[in-house]
Amino acid sequence: MSDRSTAIRASFAVGLAVAAYGISFGALSVASGLDVWQTCFLSLVMFSGGSQFAVIGILASGGAAAGGAAIASGALLGTRNALYALRVAPFIGGPWPKKILAAHWTIDETTAVSTAQPTIEGQRAGFWWTGVIIYVGWNLTTLIGALIGDLLGDVSAYGLDAAAAAAFLGLLWPRLRQLQPVVVAIGAAAVAAALLPFVPAGIPVLAAAVVAVVVGLTNWLGKKPEAIA
Amino acid sequence: MTIWQVIILASIAVLALKLLGYLVPPSIVQRPTPARIANLLTVALLSALIVVQTLGSGQGIALDARVPALVVAAGLFALRVPFILVVAAAALTAALIRLLT
Repeated sequence: MSDRSTAIRASFAVGLAVAAYGISFGALSVASGLDVWQTCFLSLVMFSGGSQFAVIGILASGGAAAGGAAIASGALLGTRNALYALRVAPFIGGPWPKKILAAHWTIDETTAVSTAQPTIEGQRAGFWWTGVIIYVGWNLTTLIGALIGDLLGDVSAYGLDAAAAAAFLGLLWPRLRQLQPVVVAIGAAAVAAALLPFVPAGIPVLAAAVVAVVVGLTNWLGKKPEAIA
Repeated sequence: MTIWQVIILASIAVLALKLLGYLVPPSIVQRPTPARIANLLTVALLSALIVVQTLGSGQGIALDARVPALVVAAGLFALRVPFILVVAAAALTAALIRLLT
């Protein structure tokens, strides 16, 4: 099998699995007080699952008054996409319109599938196929989820508030394979829980980011710098 | 700020960060420390969001059906159950507890 078709198979496997999350995003977003249009706007334009869940999570707890914290949390969660872009930019190439579309689709999954391919043809195929499958799938399932959420009405009776926490846990889980991120996760959870009763909505999440900056700067419990890709 | 303004500004910020990676020379940002901080930021923010979603109640803490639902979710993720099924199981757990209590 050629590198290209191997990459396309990986794209379908990852893309279809991920696109299904869109249902939970759409339903939770409507439950957080956004309308169907606002929910779809996030999936169409922001197009980064972690940031989207963060924005709706903070709007759910603090409403529009927590808007500043919602924007800041979404942006902080989006910083990793800038690093992914550095990794995929060398094999994307092409004119600026193509690069801008590539930038829009530079997310966890497109980076993971493309950088796992051995050849440049495979990398390009992996990036673009994963991108198009997830973009179309994520937006369709977001719309379906939002319409379902709209029909459900009172969401806590259906446990949708618990589903939001489970969704964040699912995004966090694959990142906990080494000691350093586990320690950061525990530290951040402690900071957020300690501040929760005392500060406005959204602030506990931003304060927890300080844990990542401190541990990241000192590389406490981390590997030697050379070992980090 | 309205909800629309929040959504548009946050979307522009996230999109701009993606574009930034195509604009800056890789040598500047590919150093280990910024890369490590960005990865740990994701972990810290997700972890804090789990706490807020599980325990938050207005401006305070509440222990309710969301806690056992999260425990169920953690167990299922450990068993490598697919994301969408785990999220549904968590919602179902919380809904059942609320129905029965």
